[in-house]
Amino acid sequence: MKAPLSWLKDYVDIDVTAEELQTKLFSCGFEVEELIDLGKDISGVVVGEVIECEPLEGTHLSVCKVDCGNKGIFQICCGADNVKKGIKAPCALVGATVYSTAKDHVTIEGVMTIKKGKLRGIESEGMLCSGIELGLNEDLYEGAGYCGLLLLPSDSINGEDVKPIVGLDDYIFDIGVTANRPDCQSILGIAREVAAVLGKKLKEPDYGYTAVKGKYEKIKISDLAPDICPRYIGHYVTNVKCAPSPAWLRKRLALCGLHSISNIVDITNFILLEMGQPMHAFDLRTLSGREVIVRRANDGEKIVTLDENEFKLSRENLVICDAEKPVALAGVMGGLNSEIKDDTCEVLFEAAKFARDSVRKTARALGQHTDSSALFEKGVNEYTTEKAMKRALHLIEELQCGTVTDMHIDVTTSYSRAKGKKMTVSVSKINALLGIEVPAKDMVKILKNLNFKTVLNDDNLDITVPDYREDIDGYPDIAEEIIRFYGYDNIKSTFLPSATITNGGFTDEQKAENKLKDCLVSKGLYEISTYSFYSQKDLDMLHFAPDAKERKAIKILNPISEDLSIMRTTLAPSMVNVIVRNLRRGNMAGKLFEISKIYLAEQLPLSDFPEEKPMIALGIWGKYDFFDLKGITESIAENLNTKFEYEPCEKPFLHPGICARILCDGDEIGYLGMLSPEISQELALERFAYVAEIDYDELKKHAKQFRYIPISKFAEITRDLALTCDKSTTCAEIEKEIYSACKYVTDVKLFDVYIGSQVESGKKSMAFKITFTPKDEPIENKADSFVKKILNNLKYKLNIDLR
Amino acid sequence: MQKKIDEIEKSIDEAVKDVQSSKTLQEIKMRFLGRTGEISALMKNMRDIPPEERPSMGKLLNALRQWTEERFSSIEQKLKEFELKKKYSDEKIDVTLPARTTENGAYHPNTLIRNELISIFSGMGFEVFEGPEIENDYYNFTALNTPADHPARDMQDTFYISNDLLLRTQTSAGQIRVMENKNPPIKILSPGKVYRSDDDATHSPMFSQMEGLVVDKGITLCDLKGMLDEFARKIFGGNVKTRLRPSYFPFTEPSVEVDVSCFECGGQGCRLCKGTGWIEILGAGMVNRRVLEGCGVDPDIYSGFAFGMGIERIAMLKYGINNMKLLFEGDVRFLKQFKG
Repeated sequence: MKAPLSWLKDYVDIDVTAEELQTKLFSCGFEVEELIDLGKDISGVVVGEVIECEPLEGTHLSVCKVDCGNKGIFQICCGADNVKKGIKAPCALVGATVYSTAKDHVTIEGVMTIKKGKLRGIESEGMLCSGIELGLNEDLYEGAGYCGLLLLPSDSINGEDVKPIVGLDDYIFDIGVTANRPDCQSILGIAREVAAVLGKKLKEPDYGYTAVKGKYEKIKISDLAPDICPRYIGHYVTNVKCAPSPAWLRKRLALCGLHSISNIVDITNFILLEMGQPMHAFDLRTLSGREVIVRRANDGEKIVTLDENEFKLSRENLVICDAEKPVALAGVMGGLNSEIKDDTCEVLFEAAKFARDSVRKTARALGQHTDSSALFEKGVNEYTTEKAMKRALHLIEELQCGTVTDMHIDVTTSYSRAKGKKMTVSVSKINALLGIEVPAKDMVKILKNLNFKTVLNDDNLDITVPDYREDIDGYPDIAEEIIRFYGYDNIKSTFLPSATITNGGFTDEQKAENKLKDCLVSKGLYEISTYSFYSQKDLDMLHFAPDAKERKAIKILNPISEDLSIMRTTLAPSMVNVIVRNLRRGNMAGKLFEISKIYLAEQLPLSDFPEEKPMIALGIWGKYDFFDLKGITESIAENLNTKFEYEPCEKPFLHPGICARILCDGDEIGYLGMLSPEISQELALERFAYVAEIDYDELKKHAKQFRYIPISKFAEITRDLALTCDKSTTCAEIEKEIYSACKYVTDVKLFDVYIGSQVESGKKSMAFKITFTPKDEPIENKADSFVKKILNNLKYKLNIDLR
Repeated sequence: MQKKIDEIEKSIDEAVKDVQSSKTLQEIKMRFLGRTGEISALMKNMRDIPPEERPSMGKLLNALRQWTEERFSSIEQKLKEFELKKKYSDEKIDVTLPARTTENGAYHPNTLIRNELISIFSGMGFEVFEGPEIENDYYNFTALNTPADHPARDMQDTFYISNDLLLRTQTSAGQIRVMENKNPPIKILSPGKVYRSDDDATHSPMFSQMEGLVVDKGITLCDLKGMLDEFARKIFGGNVKTRLRPSYFPFTEPSVEVDVSCFECGGQGCRLCKGTGWIEILGAGMVNRRVLEGCGVDPDIYSGFAFGMGIERIAMLKYGINNMKLLFEGDVRFLKQFKG
């Protein structure tokens, strides 16, 4: 919300500086996001009177003597075509700063400092300026659009600073207005807050006008959608004379960034800025049947708006129609067919309240966002609607651009809001909420400053809420009004003196997760966090089949981009993407993990809450291999005091020979493997990558509580066995057989594998260290028989020999 | 005989003069004290000595033997010391050579901050509750006093999954679930991922929030300030102050923005605080009566406050991270820096 200081001064006697006002507004909840000093780049420019002016022969230049009052008289060379003796113009003295313009004298290129110089050998001690060089334009100051010298009023005093004269001493406050205060989306709304914070009286603008009675042809207005158009006011103005707006009006619009069009249109825009009420003016000649109908659009109905865009409408859109056709998109933009033209002579002014979400939906659906729609989306109050119409009619009169008739049509529906909301709030309840004692008389004063009619009755405040404050709902709202003016600095710090003691802490699940993360971090893994959404392309990247279950992903209806359009069903693509990014940036090795959710739909489209499943993803690349990754999964098993088993398996994105499913108590809980060389090549990876994914929820189900097992008094015994077996025999098969052969076996570790000339072809040698743990008696003398049994079983079941 | 003894003593002195190693010393020792050594030879010669001289000669020889043994043992001792010293000096290593170790990994900065926040607030009696990320309209908006036509819905651009289901835009959604199922006193913390349709240097379509909620009898705005003071001191350091200023959130009334005095410059004004001396850190307020009512909590008996902060924002402030994207890229050069 942009509010020029000069404009605010119309309504409040502001006697503090712009910076002080900024601080005060901040303290009462209006953050000035930017304080724009209109003249910040201009300095050292004073009123100069040209007292001598001689053309310099052979050039377009004139040599002038310029009287700058108490600053002195200077010789200045000037190339402007309107320089002549007797005029007064802005004179930039040596050391002054003004805008430098391009050769066209219009385009601003930067800020320059004026230096003493020579033009064609003639000394020049300054520069006479154009309006553009001061950053002005025709709307901001009359005559400033001309690219010659800016002519100043003849009564300007030589040597005085020009900034106040041309309005460059002004500031614009760009204010952040919170969503609960649509009433402050206007200059007048901000002025009300300024008045309250400065403790000054608000000077309301002039709403007066004289309605001229007459026999006018009737205009009919009907509201067929009162739920989304609770109030519609139309007023008939005749004898309209379209003309340019006066300078003061053009300047106001320009300060807020709007272009002047013509007096009638400018009045509607002025009211939008001043009162926060979007208005519209229809050329009555174009309103067929002199009739206005507010209704929902028919499906497929079309309208061409003022900006010459055609829209196909639906029941969702509210339109203003004449007897035959839509003439405006309610609250968004007028129709081209009813536009005000230079020769418009009769106008119907519209001030209405359209429902917030109706306008929002229309603006969004059609992609048509205007100042008007923005205001309606935030919320317009009917009290303002009423006043705004009066104010507009006053301006018609003031600008003498038409005859205000007495034809005023006010359609108030059952959806309209009652005026003068009353409430009674308790002083002690307010203080109980705030936790401090604000004296009742201070409360009354603050509320009165804010235009709340307030009467104190013992502990009660009887309040009439201003009609524009639709946000005031209960006593906490009143408490907020009070504390934002009483001052948040008065809030003391207390620490729940009356509250019950509660027992806090991490949940067991978070403790377990932190413990697991500790383990992974100690193994040298870095934790990553990636987006919960990606696209089908990421699944394509990992060669998932079109009917793979991972493809059954939840779609976002309005994604930020197609790349982030589905909720992920596996963490693998995210992990691979991070590895790819690291390798492309020259990070040639790394170990990463992520614990995040995947989102699984029972059916699509989603009808109920989906399953959110936490998963563990691991990714390593560079100097690491499959067994490094397996080492990490083994650590995870150990961390949860459980055991994993591994079986070969196949995944579309993993090397078919270097890929395993992870089983825990027989249940499949994840996989690990090498990213398939095919995909590696497609991604141009310079190193092999390995990924694993474990269903964390499933894993947690297999976590085991540990219990202490008494240590045997007798020593453990170990035996090393080198075995010869078929190449296809797996380590797991042998381990399993060794364990089952003897109940004293507590550990079996492979420590060597050999394939080569020392063993028969088709065979390999594997060496194991076996640990036997005694129970109640020593086992030294039994070890040989244990080994014998193990070897017998291995020979019998797996055809394995001792090497 | 005495002459002979003197000669032997002299030759011993001569022999051990330049001895460098225990091994040589041992050889010399054998030359004199060995079974066939010079002193042993003298001993054997005793037989040839007249019996009456034998006792005195024996004395002399024994003295010689003893002297010799002591002599050798003292040299031996010195040599050992010398040799040990040499051994140690030969074995000396460069202790500044790199260590042999498994490199540690690191937690993601978000996890570091999240855990720090949970620790701080759990000390104040907060329990942790994590709600679903895919929420419905009711929990994310309606129950938080943001009905369908409310302009505050535009404050956060929402990702929709269906008409009713959406990616939660705030962890406040979880508070409703807690209040529906738990009677006051309530002190909960709900951390988690939230989603908004926003993407630039300071916004990310996914980020994390930490929401806190206290509902009990007699809770005031002063209590909110007191708790946040405590929190700010614990997370940013002992001297940090907080400042409340008016703001608006549909689910709190009054609502405040909370700033902390700049921990970089101590409030003097610097680049971090953009010269203002204050840094915006979280939003908070007294829980709106409508929200309490909607959850079946009687607002005439109970009151409460809520606060919510962005975990990434705290991480960025605390660690000086300048672009939010870095947090989600997984670049190991970035991640490595968070080992502490």
